[in-house]
Amino acid sequence: MSAAEDVLFELLHMEIVKTFTDSKDKDDAASKLEYIGFTTGYRFVERATRETNRFKDELDIMKYICKVFWVSVFKKEIDNLRTNHQGVYVLNDNNFRFLTRISSGKQYLQYAPRFVTFTCGLIRGSLANLGINCVVTAEVSHLPACKFQVQVQRG
Amino acid sequence: MAVSLTIIGKENSPLYIWMDEGRDSLQLQYLAHTGLDVIQEKISVGQKLPGDSRELYLGLLYASEEYKIYGYTTNSKIKFIVITDVTNAALRDNEIRMMFRHLHSIYSTVVCNPFYVPGEKISSQ
Repeated sequence: MSAAEDVLFELLHMEIVKTFTDSKDKDDAASKLEYIGFTTGYRFVERATRETNRFKDELDIMKYICKVFWVSVFKKEIDNLRTNHQGVYVLNDNNFRFLTRISSGKQYLQYAPRFVTFTCGLIRGSLANLGINCVVTAEVSHLPACKFQVQVQRG
Repeated sequence: MAVSLTIIGKENSPLYIWMDEGRDSLQLQYLAHTGLDVIQEKISVGQKLPGDSRELYLGLLYASEEYKIYGYTTNSKIKFIVITDVTNAALRDNEIRMMFRHLHSIYSTVVCNPFYVPGEKISSQ
């Protein structure tokens, strides 16, 4: 992808976030953003896994998300993946792409969650299409690092 | 040329069925069902077998006296089944593989079509 397309994606994402958070019903903003992410991830992963071999198990899929998927969307790998082997995965990104444009420090920290909602949905949608039903939550404690927690729903 | 093509969804619901005209469609559907059973077996057993290539293309699933059934599965658990004539010598393993790859790329463009709701029947006019 060229530099223009790179920044275009970031700007588009910012505008989508802005459109929804500025709208009248603010409560819906988060769920709408998450849903956009979900459908995007669902459709995107179908295309992205075309050349990939069949996945062995759940961990294999998570590794794919951390390495290949993350590189194709965010231009870097996940810095740290941890799991308790019982369906909880924690993905650490120390320099999350959608947060790098926000100045670090306490000033904008309260606005950070809206910039990670789309990505939560993106992860959830991708995993849903690959056969894993889960809940994804994100936590930003200091910019521009972000922690995603994936809780797999079984049964 | 293939005789029949079937696309089967995540939960084994048919998404798309195409059959060559003038064929016994019931028999072909039976064969597609046979193929689906073999695919399911391959996918579940494949997790235990060491040295399994885990390729998306599953190869020849079953051969009857008249037809050959080939299978392919995507990472999103969508299955493609193609049935060909046994007598058709032009279709070798490699050609079938290319056919499936092409089919997979077409399928992924269908999924990316905003008017298509994933999991619904695929219709084309």
